[in-house]
Amino acid sequence: MQTQAIRTAPLVTARGLTKRFDQLVAVDEIDFDIAPSEAFGFLGPNGAGKTSTMRMIAGVSPVTSGTLRVLGLDPAKQGSELRARLGVVPQQDTLDTELTVYENLYIYGRYFGLSGAVLRERVDELLDFVQLSDRRDSIVDPLSGGMKRRLTIARGLINQPDLLILDEPTTGLDPQARHALWDRLYRLKQQGVTLIITTHYMDEAEQLCDRLVVMDKAKIAAEGSPAELIAEYSTREVVELRFAPGEQEAALQQLDGLAARIEELPDRVLLYTGNGDQTTNDVADRGVHPEAMVVRRSTLEDVFLKLTGRTLVE
Amino acid sequence: MSTPALAMRVVEANARGYRRVWKGTAVTAFLNPVLFLLAMGHGLGSMVQQGVGSVTYIAFIAPGLLATTAMQTAAVEATWPIMAGIKWQKTYDGALATPVGTGDLVSGTLIWIAMRTAMACLVFALVSGIMQAADLTRMLLAVPAGILTGLAFAAPLMAFTAVAKNENRLSSIFRFAIVPMFLFSGTFFPVTQLPGGLQPIAYATPLWHGVDLVRSITLGVSSSTPAITHVVYLVALALVGWWVATKTFRKTLVV
Repeated sequence: MQTQAIRTAPLVTARGLTKRFDQLVAVDEIDFDIAPSEAFGFLGPNGAGKTSTMRMIAGVSPVTSGTLRVLGLDPAKQGSELRARLGVVPQQDTLDTELTVYENLYIYGRYFGLSGAVLRERVDELLDFVQLSDRRDSIVDPLSGGMKRRLTIARGLINQPDLLILDEPTTGLDPQARHALWDRLYRLKQQGVTLIITTHYMDEAEQLCDRLVVMDKAKIAAEGSPAELIAEYSTREVVELRFAPGEQEAALQQLDGLAARIEELPDRVLLYTGNGDQTTNDVADRGVHPEAMVVRRSTLEDVFLKLTGRTLVE
Repeated sequence: MSTPALAMRVVEANARGYRRVWKGTAVTAFLNPVLFLLAMGHGLGSMVQQGVGSVTYIAFIAPGLLATTAMQTAAVEATWPIMAGIKWQKTYDGALATPVGTGDLVSGTLIWIAMRTAMACLVFALVSGIMQAADLTRMLLAVPAGILTGLAFAAPLMAFTAVAKNENRLSSIFRFAIVPMFLFSGTFFPVTQLPGGLQPIAYATPLWHGVDLVRSITLGVSSSTPAITHVVYLVALALVGWWVATKTFRKTLVV
């Protein structure tokens, strides 16, 4: 399923990577390669195995079977050495909320063996980078979720990692905080930092990821760039039709055969088509008159829902 | 990267965190010995005219209280903050994403607890010397015995906390182990005063070994049990606890 030739040696290689918790198979023999300076995404519904995969790459969770090499190292044998070169932004912030912003970064830097002199300089640089300089000496506890998240990202960068691993970096943030974070991540990407991101926000994946895999039920369902995935698993455009209450059922029969794929949702009908305008005309020609009709481009979300289904995953 | 160096980074992280709360603990560390020596030593002691053995009542309990101070300091440090690191704040997950491993985390935390226990014992020794409850020099000489007593509690308690389901388990440890030991392990009266059936239990507790060790150092009283026995018992408990803790930390944190 290699969609892009990786010219340089991959930073992360997984073959038959598997993670099992007692009876539960969280990650089921997956293969992937992540190239240097790439922003690589893991998408998938809750419980698809994203976090388990992340934690194995980060060298904090033992691999059940298969092979995994990160920066050329074996996490099982060279975990400490590997973790020294990684930055991790876990799903939960794991900050010491009783300490100040500065102290959190300083203490974390000391775990990497960085000297006080280096840290005094770097901590202030990083606080500037994540726009927290004015909260430098605030206790962490009362900070907003967005601030804590940015602090956790700064913490993940304290050792100037070769690879930054972010597990759902923007979950629970308001739109301003999300955009502020994306902006920072985008800058890191431009600086050549390799990013691995899990998310269930499709817009986030489209914005940030060069390449991604969609995980579902512990397996990789699809792999490619956002554009490639849309081309492969969806049509170029989608026509959305909304009907007056009670009219959808009858209209649906008349629409039969109008599009490559027709999906009925409780509140609307989706027509997947190569040419939205043409389909719109076809709908009118058949004498169907919805209350509202919108043509939009296909998104990663359409791909995601096609691959992983619309059933709620808990 | 050597493991001792990594463990020392954990010690440092604890020390830096402690700087934020040290004032509160320092007040307790001074106030508790003063209150206990006044109430039990002078207050209750005034009614125990004959003393205990060859010494006054306050001289009898002062070394015992040094050992209980060690026990309590170490027990508190080895339970709530550990659960906070594992469950509540998950700061240990943060630390384990760095070169630090579970073994370093356990060793570093134990070294830190030894340091906290040393501070508490030093303060106790000073207060009891100033209040003339005990000979200051001898009390200071007994501080290492206090640290050892603390470690004999801290290591097994850390091992337990890492796999404890919730904080109620920790409360139970204090309710059913720490408090009874505090009262019945020879701190306030000789174990020989207990009903015959209960004496072996008291002799088996780590606190009794700690109390008797500290007492034999401070009072120069040769106890029926040689000091080396106490030392071996306490060291063994600390080492076994440390070893088990490295296993339970791994079981809980590396999944």
